[in-house]
Amino acid sequence: MGVLDPLVELVRGLWITLKSMGEKPVTIQYPEEKRPVRQRFRGRHVLKRYDNGLEKCIGCSLCAAACPADAIFVEAAENTDEKRFSPGERYASTYEINMLRCIYCGYCEDACPTEAIVLGDNYELSFYDRRSAIYTKESLLEPVPASAMLTPQKVDAGEFPRSVPEMEDPRD
Amino acid sequence: MGEVMISDWTLWLEWFIKSLVLTLALLVGFILLTWFERRALARIQTRVGPNRAGPFGLLQPIADALKLIFKEELTPAKAYKFVFFLAPIITVVPSIIIAAVIPFGRSINLFGREINLYLADINVGVLYFMSIAAIAVYGIVLAGWSSNSKYAMLGGLRSTAQMISYELSLGISLIPVILLANSFRMIDIVETQSTWWFVVLQPVGALIFWIATLAEVNRAPFDMPEAEQELTAGYHAEYSGMKFALFFMAEYQKMIVISAVMAVFFFGGYLGPGVDQYPLLGPVYMAIKIVVLLFAMIWVRATWPRLRYDRLMSFGWKVLVPLSLAIVFITATGILLAEQTKNGLWMWAIPATSVIVGLIPVVTIFRALRRLSYGRA
Repeated sequence: MGVLDPLVELVRGLWITLKSMGEKPVTIQYPEEKRPVRQRFRGRHVLKRYDNGLEKCIGCSLCAAACPADAIFVEAAENTDEKRFSPGERYASTYEINMLRCIYCGYCEDACPTEAIVLGDNYELSFYDRRSAIYTKESLLEPVPASAMLTPQKVDAGEFPRSVPEMEDPRD
Repeated sequence: MGEVMISDWTLWLEWFIKSLVLTLALLVGFILLTWFERRALARIQTRVGPNRAGPFGLLQPIADALKLIFKEELTPAKAYKFVFFLAPIITVVPSIIIAAVIPFGRSINLFGREINLYLADINVGVLYFMSIAAIAVYGIVLAGWSSNSKYAMLGGLRSTAQMISYELSLGISLIPVILLANSFRMIDIVETQSTWWFVVLQPVGALIFWIATLAEVNRAPFDMPEAEQELTAGYHAEYSGMKFALFFMAEYQKMIVISAVMAVFFFGGYLGPGVDQYPLLGPVYMAIKIVVLLFAMIWVRATWPRLRYDRLMSFGWKVLVPLSLAIVFITATGILLAEQTKNGLWMWAIPATSVIVGLIPVVTIFRALRRLSYGRA
């Protein structure tokens, strides 16, 4: 400790702030520039499809049952081979998530037997009224793959008997 | 007779135009300074700062001003309405009229007329500056009192006490400059600095003046009256809308003006290379010096924390006032010795001695702080 320390400390402080002026700003210019989300980020839900365009969701309502915030509402209807939405017997004719209730816990994802509902990476959710906070099946469903057809599809009889796909490794 | 009348009339016009230009320049300076401060602070904190409105965010202050104009103006129910209304005006007016005596250059020839680049050349310019700077206190204490709110009252009282204390050392630290220039006129003070800037002859005096100006315009680390954590906003806690904007404006205009005064007193004012041939360079040099000094204020704000109130007062009274008195004594002795012995070298004893004397409080503060730390341990 020297006698001049009070002065030296003051000047050192000034030097540090001046030096930091030369550093690159850490600001991310948000709307133009977006930070990629983490791999396990839980954003807005997406309803997945199989590669042939059929919906994965079979309307079992397990997600609605698992939801702690009671944000999900599912209504199921019967599939036929003329109008087939998903493999197996039933599909979700109505699928609604109230985004004002959802807490993005991801339990629906865990509960889903067909991995149909996935929490995606979209976090830019805003709405002007409560009505538009309810996301319907149309807005949640992912687009059809380029090679596949839109649902409902007309398929051969008995082509998709199973609702839940066979998994090679049950631990998957 | 008619000839005189016409020239009289043009003189009035000249004054009118010059004061208009000066006022507008201060207003624009205020707008730019808020932008400059926010950008500089942001860069120091490795942020970007306002950059959305207009190029480099230059229109941000205009957006802020529009917002403030359209905001509701609240007046506390038990406020003293008239004084409450008057206080912002009393604060803002001195900050503008103080600029009248600041010389921005010598004189230029325009439309066949000799036009001086300053508004008023009064022979007691320094006193004018001191007195107008003192008036600004009234606005603040009246604002604090008329709001009828405890926070505002405490803020107003604090700022009054602080400004009065630091005005003392501000005034005393100007005496060496007056002694060296042998005049109270701002222009004489600038012209005497053509050989050496007074900051070279008066390093400690310049430092004291600068510290005192920081306290005078309520800037960090002396922004006691508006200490957000303790007083929520100080004297302007109850003000909103345009009245608040006036306080804001006064603070920033005072920053500009006091930087200009500092440039005049210690940094050679409008003097610079080539100013003899081209008098128009004077305002340019002045602007550069003002911007540098303003940056120093912002830099200090970004670096040093706020002083505790009792320490601020004891620093003002126990360190700055005695030190500035010592500097006055040293300067007077140096000038006297130089005159008596006809040896100009004695002048250099002034900065040397004042730096040595200036180190005494540093040592004293160091010892006091060490004693404190022993006491805690």
